[in-house]
Amino acid sequence: MTQQLDQNNLVPPMNPASLGNGSHKILDKVNDLAIRFATVNGTGSASANNLLLKAIFRMGIPVSGKNLFPSNIQGLPTWYEIRINGSGFTSRANLFDLVVAMNSQTYETDIASVRSGGYFIFDSSWFMPPQLMRSDINFLGVPFSDLFAEEFPESRERILMRNIGYAGVVAAAVTMDPDVVSQLLDETYSTSERIRNSNHRAFELGYNYAIENFNCPLPIRLERMEQNEGKIIIDGNTATALGCVYAGATVAAWYPITPATSVAENFTKLCSKYRHETVKLEDGTTEERNNFIVLQAEDELAALGMVVGASWAGARAFTSTSGPGISLMNEILGLAYYTEIPAVIIDVQRTGPSTGMPTRVQQADIMECAYASHGDTKHILLFPSDPNECFQFSVEAFDLAEHFQTPVIVLSDLDIGMNDWVVDKLEWDDSYTWNRGRVLNAEDLEAIAKYYRYSDEDADFVTPRTLPGVSSKGAYFTRGSGHDRLGAYTESPEGYRQVVDRLAKKHKAAAKYVPKPLTEIKPGARFGVITLGSCEMAVREAVANLEEQGMPLDYLRIRGFPFSEEIKQFIDSHEINVVVEQNRDAQLRSLLILETESFPTQLRSVLSYGGFPICADDVVEGLLNELKD
Amino acid sequence: MPSIRKPLIPLAPHATNALGLTVRDYEGAMSTLCAGCGHDSITAALVQTFYELDMPPEKIAKLSGIGCSSKTPTYFVSGAHGFNSVHGRMPPIVTGANAANKNNIYIGISGDGDSLSIGTGHFVHAIRKNINMVYIIENNGVYGLTKGQFSPTADVGSTTKRGVPNEVPPIDPVELALSLGASFVARSFSGDKRQLIPILKAAVEHHGFAMIDVISPCIQFNNHQGSTKSYKYIREHEINEIDSVFLRSSSEITAELPADSRVSVTMHDGSILMFRTLPENYDPRDRTAAMNYVHEAKAKGEVPTGLLYIDREIPDIHDLNDTTEEPLINIPFQKLCPGRNALLKFQESFQ
Repeated sequence: MTQQLDQNNLVPPMNPASLGNGSHKILDKVNDLAIRFATVNGTGSASANNLLLKAIFRMGIPVSGKNLFPSNIQGLPTWYEIRINGSGFTSRANLFDLVVAMNSQTYETDIASVRSGGYFIFDSSWFMPPQLMRSDINFLGVPFSDLFAEEFPESRERILMRNIGYAGVVAAAVTMDPDVVSQLLDETYSTSERIRNSNHRAFELGYNYAIENFNCPLPIRLERMEQNEGKIIIDGNTATALGCVYAGATVAAWYPITPATSVAENFTKLCSKYRHETVKLEDGTTEERNNFIVLQAEDELAALGMVVGASWAGARAFTSTSGPGISLMNEILGLAYYTEIPAVIIDVQRTGPSTGMPTRVQQADIMECAYASHGDTKHILLFPSDPNECFQFSVEAFDLAEHFQTPVIVLSDLDIGMNDWVVDKLEWDDSYTWNRGRVLNAEDLEAIAKYYRYSDEDADFVTPRTLPGVSSKGAYFTRGSGHDRLGAYTESPEGYRQVVDRLAKKHKAAAKYVPKPLTEIKPGARFGVITLGSCEMAVREAVANLEEQGMPLDYLRIRGFPFSEEIKQFIDSHEINVVVEQNRDAQLRSLLILETESFPTQLRSVLSYGGFPICADDVVEGLLNELKD
Repeated sequence: MPSIRKPLIPLAPHATNALGLTVRDYEGAMSTLCAGCGHDSITAALVQTFYELDMPPEKIAKLSGIGCSSKTPTYFVSGAHGFNSVHGRMPPIVTGANAANKNNIYIGISGDGDSLSIGTGHFVHAIRKNINMVYIIENNGVYGLTKGQFSPTADVGSTTKRGVPNEVPPIDPVELALSLGASFVARSFSGDKRQLIPILKAAVEHHGFAMIDVISPCIQFNNHQGSTKSYKYIREHEINEIDSVFLRSSSEITAELPADSRVSVTMHDGSILMFRTLPENYDPRDRTAAMNYVHEAKAKGEVPTGLLYIDREIPDIHDLNDTTEEPLINIPFQKLCPGRNALLKFQESFQ
């Protein structure tokens, strides 16, 4: 066995099997544990982590996986966290029952993240400085480097397989069904026998080492459940892209940006699967033709410009971006708002301001998106809470954008977009057809005496538009400069006001159309809790936790802006409401005060904005702080 | 932009084109630009071009950014959809519109500030993507609407109206477009309709990005003694060695074939672009030759005009994408939505 001595600390290495066997409390938990994997990014640990996540999912147990990764390609610390909870609460945990530490650079923080009585698995081929050790947790050493050096002589393969090896150790430690894992390996590597065999060997190496050397199963363990019937495990960006395909989007324009990149990439991939037609050529041969186009733009400003151009010409078009992209898009957002051109923008939020922390999460684009652009502007916003809603809301975004002829921004975030979530299977109703809004065709135009772009408003204050290429009678001039209800240039106060006043009413009218808030009213509840988006899971857990402690709370999750009457009523029915959100400045609270004309004293805040997904424990603590008498 | 409706003055019956439309049918609102503005001459050339090409007005889409030049789409083809967007951003808007409906004829009108300052990034990327459009830079070397600041095409030594010289080197749109591999590069002068109209016709028929830098003097702020974009200066320095004619596929080609034609290019619709006169050893299909010619002329203080370069073979975004023949806006929803069964099947791998 190779042992390495720290030059500054000449304490001899210990026998790993004997480490941490001191007397301390024993965790005894079934289907309620949090596991953390500490690795180095670029070493291919994702496949091992996904393997474990999916195996637990297939055992029918509620589970979530969260990737806390650096803004870097190779060499920096990265963590993956799995939360398993039989009651279905799978928000991020603060402390971990089991930590797999494959990165000695982060031993100190990793050891600190173990719950008292928990387990710390590390590579015992190398020296473990004794001053880092805690007596209240169990250290389980596995000589990964030695074991795998013998089995996998080629270095790249050895690095990859060592990860599958720790998956084997964890599977044995918490009694994961080895057949489920084996089946998954067969599915994942169905095309290469060599890689498949290596993975099996690596998994068994870790699994057998744990069985032979530790008291498996540990008191923290899994048991099969049947909770995942009708569920899938999927990330939000894939679900969003799928929604854009199902909504009939034909033009996508985008600029690469973390964490939104995989929306456009998945859209492209899905389109190459679903969006081609076989065309017969004159010479009798056939050819595949694409009924979509993806434009990689020169910047985000151009990306939204392309979307606006495509929508103006009559296509369903969208862009996907993150906060820095929204900043650039402000100019075109104002143009689309004022000229009344539909546009769908997917904002997968990350930590700002400026470049901020590109691989960390926040919900800090709420205010910017609500009023993006100079001048008086207001936009329609949708707030999905998980991948299932990403799918639904992206379809809905196109209908709303075309119905109201205005930009619609879907505010997802990095946690929803890039992490794997267990959600209800996505449903599709084949009787659905798109709502293109009021668009006059050549026949409609024939039937009217004269067409004016911004006249003839309907009950939702929408006026009919026409598309280029259809009829001279429908020709009009789209202009971002001042225009009156006829579409003509104006510098007249009345002519200008008529149009912008209608736009304000149109925005208000959308309150009835955006997804309704979800509420849960508890008997005896004095206070209300309001939240949005990816806070859902943590806030629900906190609310359940407090109810158990004898403090029932009413719950409301906002899913769209402009706010509906129901939200105002909820606020007014409680003396105090606490708004839980992931940003520093309580942006949702501010927007609620502004737009529902609530008193600031009616709304308090619990905020999480360090960049890691929100934890239920922090919400409990925050709510207790705000609501203690 | 402000515009004035044209008075209905009874005129003698106009000739009509193949669609039965008169030249007046290709006009727009009355220009509100300064009397004598070069831009109005370009507008007039566009009116004549579309009339002579028998272009259905509704097939034309006119787009622009911001500035004096960008006002002009209001002044031609009132039967076409127009889009006066935001400063410098017209190229991405046309890119999106073209992606959605490739059957429209896209005319982008821009200026030197719009294309070469605030919108340079978009301009160069529209060239890279070879967006199928006519892109006109109405180039006067000056910001007119804000009253006379230098634009990025102002030459070193050229002065403002008050005599202050410009010291920052200019961007030459022709050199830029050539270096980027644009598929159609021309320069003309607003005062030379005889040259401009055939170039515009060829640009409309060209499949790809057709860039025309039209020097168009600003009568108010850049037509003085020290200007290098004045009527007088251009008339003295223009070299019009490259002369082309555009023969539509429908015309009697043989009858009009000039005897001295040196190079002819067949356009995608069968029309022929004929170069009647060319400098010695010049081939407008040879990019290096075109670049050398432009460089050398510039060194001599000359302003070469004409259709300088054309490449018919560069694919546009739809060629590269293998897009359906049918414009994307016409594809029915049933063809776009994979449906419930596909969704169920897709999700099997997520279980």
